[in-house]
Amino acid sequence: MIKISGLCKYYKEVKAIDRLDLTVKPGEIFGLLGPNGAGKTTTIRILTTLARPTAGNAYINGKEVSRKKAEVKKEIGVVSQTENLDVEMTARENMELHGRLFKIPTRERRLQIKELLEFVGLTERADTVVGRFSGGMKRRLMIARALMHKPRILFLDEPTVGLDPQVRRKIWDLIRRLNGQGITVLLTTHYIEEAELLCHRVGIMNKGKLIALGTPEDLKKKVGKVVVEVPNHNETEYHVFEEREEALQFAAAMMHDVVIRESNLEDVFVELTGYKVGD
Amino acid sequence: MIYDTYTVFWREIVLLRKKYKSFFAGSMVSPLLYLLSFGWGLGRNIQFGSTSYLDFVVPGIVALSAMNASYNATGSSLNVSRLYHKTLEEFLVAPISVTSLVLGNIFSGCFRGLFSSGIIIIFSYFFGANMHLNGWFFVSLLLNCFLFASLGLVAAMVVSSHEGMSRFATFVILPMTFLCGTFFKVEKYPTLVAHFVKILPLTHSAVSLRAIAMNTGFPLVSLLVLTAYAVVLFALGVWVTYRVE
Ligand SMILES: Nc1ncnc2c1ncn2[C@@H]1O[C@H](COP(=O)(O)OP(=O)(O)OP(=O)(O)O)[C@@H](O)[C@H]1O
Ligand SMILES: [Mg+2]
Repeated sequence: MIKISGLCKYYKEVKAIDRLDLTVKPGEIFGLLGPNGAGKTTTIRILTTLARPTAGNAYINGKEVSRKKAEVKKEIGVVSQTENLDVEMTARENMELHGRLFKIPTRERRLQIKELLEFVGLTERADTVVGRFSGGMKRRLMIARALMHKPRILFLDEPTVGLDPQVRRKIWDLIRRLNGQGITVLLTTHYIEEAELLCHRVGIMNKGKLIALGTPEDLKKKVGKVVVEVPNHNETEYHVFEEREEALQFAAAMMHDVVIRESNLEDVFVELTGYKVGD
Repeated sequence: MIYDTYTVFWREIVLLRKKYKSFFAGSMVSPLLYLLSFGWGLGRNIQFGSTSYLDFVVPGIVALSAMNASYNATGSSLNVSRLYHKTLEEFLVAPISVTSLVLGNIFSGCFRGLFSSGIIIIFSYFFGANMHLNGWFFVSLLLNCFLFASLGLVAAMVVSSHEGMSRFATFVILPMTFLCGTFFKVEKYPTLVAHFVKILPLTHSAVSLRAIAMNTGFPLVSLLVLTAYAVVLFALGVWVTYRVE
């Protein structure tokens, strides 16, 4: 479905992507995690034909992205990290522009606009100028717009950034429903629980390289099942253990109060990248 | 491809319909100022050979207003759309050809340029100017709009900041407004300056519009120069849009 091999993207001396290999399977929700500047957006921009790779190849449904741009564009839907709606136009007009750009016949286009606005819960605001929308409404409209031409692969670059918990959950449900209809999803996120709850597989990127890949469970197993948090002056130390007994022994030897808990994806992230999420 | 070009243009129409009042008013301000100050204020006191200065200056004002309107239409709006609103991405991820995208934007620019020119031509009649308007006048005007809309597009795709865009306008568009035989004949310059000014496209717009409007012969050379500029800038526009990331 999506295949990346030996992909590089250099901006002058910055290696935004450094020999990346990755395969996303059909019907999967795949999450890309990584600290700021890891190269997630750049990867998506290359896959969606918005940027040219310096070296290497990317394939969508077997088509080389930079060589078969027109065909690739018809098969993918893109929701960028930045809000790229036309703020002077209404929701309906934004959708109509998209429909026209993808040459959807007028009748089908009208129907699609109606259904999709319903789907993302924006029917009442269809004729409001987008400049007056809240962040969550804009995100939902961007998703609706990206679905108009019935793409088989959906790219979502930080789809829930800055949204309140209710809206975030709505968007997760939306993504799950789409996935249920057979759409492959590649998303990036900084929210660990988003990756853990939503994604079938996760890839962690750092400095343009993929440093871990697997299901959230696999990754947690890899770093260890149990974490002991030890407060140390102003910082917290994290110690990861394979077995509960080891952790208990370690904790018993500590002077301070410690927290013993199961490991989560955040621990994997911290362990591998040396950052705490959000740093 | 025609359909895609129309789609790009369609967006422009949707936006113009929303703000037609300010568009209308905005398109009138600078033409009126030029007509008032150069045509009426200055022109009435100048005897200019056998013809009136007003008849001489109106084609120049048409040329420069059309240049400004078409250049700004593509230049500033595309640059903002590329760098700030990111709305250009919506067009770049769509399965339309680069040529359609470029042409649609240039036509939007031409539309505004022609609109401005129309306003001046109507006003200038009230000021008492005489002009021969024919098909060739329209062709020159269209070429003028087309080439400056293309120039705006090239600048918008290449320049990476808003400040850069205004610097480009200050160093390229503003000097042309005043130097290119819009308000007086290029022949009045010292030879060297005159040669330089004759390279610039607006000079040829002014020359050919004026020749047709005042019925002083067919401006073949100028029309050819304008066509060459239009073709080259359009090709450049396609190239830079193809390369844009
Ligand atoms: N147009 C550009 N010009 C120069 N450098 C760039 C450009 N786009 C990205 N970069 C650099 O490439 C690297 C990767 O950036 P990218 O936007 O892909 O990161 P990211 O993983 O999406 O980060 P974030 O989580 O902050 O969105 C960064 O070091 C960034 O500075
Ligand atoms: Mg990013």
